[in-house]
Amino acid sequence: QKNGVSNGSLYKKTFIEHFEQAPMYVAVLTFLGFGVGTIFGYLRDFMRAWGLEKRNIATEREQQKDFVPLYQDFENFYTRNLYMRIRDNWNRPICSVPGPQFDLMERVTDDYNWTFRFTGRIIKNVINMGSYNYLGFAETDINALKTVTIELQKYGTGVCSTRQEMGTLDKHIELEKLVAKFLGVEDAMVFGMGFATNSMNIPALVGKGCLILSDELNHTSLVLGARLSGATIRIFKHNNMQSLEKLLRDAIIYGQPRSRRAWRKIIILVEGIYSMEGSIVRLPEIVSLKKKYKAYLYLDEAHSIGAVGATGRGVVEYFGMSPDDVDVLMGTFTKSFGAAGGYIAGKKDLVDFLRTHSHSAVYATSMCPPVAEQIIRAMKCLMGLDGTTQGLQRVRQLGKNTRYFRRRLHEMGFIIYGNDDSPVVPLLLYMPGKIGAFARRMLEKNIGVVVVGFPATPITESRARFCVSAAHTREMLDTVLNALDELGDFLHLKYSRYSKSSHPELYEETRFELED
Amino acid sequence: MDIKSTKNYLYWLYCQFELITCSYLMEPWEKLLFYTFNIAMLVTVLYTAYTFIPVHISTAFQFFWHLYGNQHENTVSVVK
Repeated sequence: QKNGVSNGSLYKKTFIEHFEQAPMYVAVLTFLGFGVGTIFGYLRDFMRAWGLEKRNIATEREQQKDFVPLYQDFENFYTRNLYMRIRDNWNRPICSVPGPQFDLMERVTDDYNWTFRFTGRIIKNVINMGSYNYLGFAETDINALKTVTIELQKYGTGVCSTRQEMGTLDKHIELEKLVAKFLGVEDAMVFGMGFATNSMNIPALVGKGCLILSDELNHTSLVLGARLSGATIRIFKHNNMQSLEKLLRDAIIYGQPRSRRAWRKIIILVEGIYSMEGSIVRLPEIVSLKKKYKAYLYLDEAHSIGAVGATGRGVVEYFGMSPDDVDVLMGTFTKSFGAAGGYIAGKKDLVDFLRTHSHSAVYATSMCPPVAEQIIRAMKCLMGLDGTTQGLQRVRQLGKNTRYFRRRLHEMGFIIYGNDDSPVVPLLLYMPGKIGAFARRMLEKNIGVVVVGFPATPITESRARFCVSAAHTREMLDTVLNALDELGDFLHLKYSRYSKSSHPELYEETRFELED
Repeated sequence: MDIKSTKNYLYWLYCQFELITCSYLMEPWEKLLFYTFNIAMLVTVLYTAYTFIPVHISTAFQFFWHLYGNQHENTVSVVK
């Protein structure tokens, strides 16, 4: 399903995204499954209320019975009755580095997921398809971490102060210069936590009287930052440029709600790669819109920095655009760099303003030195400053792995969302019963996957999300693909109506001559 | 061999039923309740079908037969 580009000359390469809809019977059966689950949920609630069953969940005390009920809304109902049944697929503790393979602590439950206990056994070498380890920098190789150990011994682990007091180290200055050079901008500032970078800096940039135009599927950190700022928030449909243009035109024509004055600032909040859909933002169109209507652009490259682009510099490079077009470039170091923290980069005036006015700079502890050193070494590796081509090889390997994985999954007939170049691959499961079955059976085959259900996704579109990494070898991907093939046949997950290729292994004929 | 593949197929169908109606997630007593209810409904529907469909079909058949000619039974009853 090719997307016809409306502004044909803006895109230098084809932009192919898939959001295939499943056949109608799938939606009907999903609702049927949820219906049965809801009926049994009511039955169990009834039994709990009348004392026929032990209550394991939070309930009000006796003295609170006459107050407004606390746990009767749909979210709590869903948690008690549906989430608890498949809870063993989340919060699984791991006990090794989250590289391409990891070790899992085995846990069992005696009372249907209300409590867990560890058996003491460790499941070894589970293939990791869930960690955001796009370039494979989550590693424990001694040679690779040499500089990190040196810095650890020099600085220790704690910074014990905020950036504005005594927490700015020379490591931070070095890292900020390196980030600015990597992205091709004037200056950058780093923060200790990726979520807090968004939620604490957006209130510093916009306030009351400003307008925020945010994408439908933005991450919680962006939503929280937007709400904390006190600006007016309007939402446009996911990656839909017509919707965004309409909102921009209305904002400029009608101004603020009652006084009809012009908005002080209009800022567009988008992400580089959306982690639940795997779709890439339509950056060229957004930049042309922002230039036409004089708005600002805030780009959150949490999942795309390091993962897309010819040399790993994110969506700006992927579309061949200049970083001057984006006003605020934000990203995190958690995903592709194997560390923790976030950055905001842009013009020097912007970053100097943030150094004085950001909540994070004033109140939050700054990044600790070994983590900063890990980012420095990963970034130097990516830029080639350490003398090897390892960084470029990693980016290329990630691209190859992504394309191979997506192509094979399409051929097998699964419904996959997202752009062909994004390393985040959501595979649609739809029915609630299949969420639990899928995750458990994949773990039995020694593959760890992340499945996502209702509150994070729409209720009918539950999915399994794979994160391809540069550290995955072809054999690991083939193991995963074969397991998916088997499981797809057993659970009947191959809903796609478009791609059924002739499976080469089935064709056993070795002689092609005519038989007399 | 055919029996085995039929059995496998039936087992696969049963698994699909379990997954679609979320009975895969239920505790054993809930499954018992659910299956009992389903089987009871199914038996009721089948019994109703067995009792009433032949009568309905023969009535419908008579009606159409009456419309398209064959006046014999009709004239007999009128003349009586």
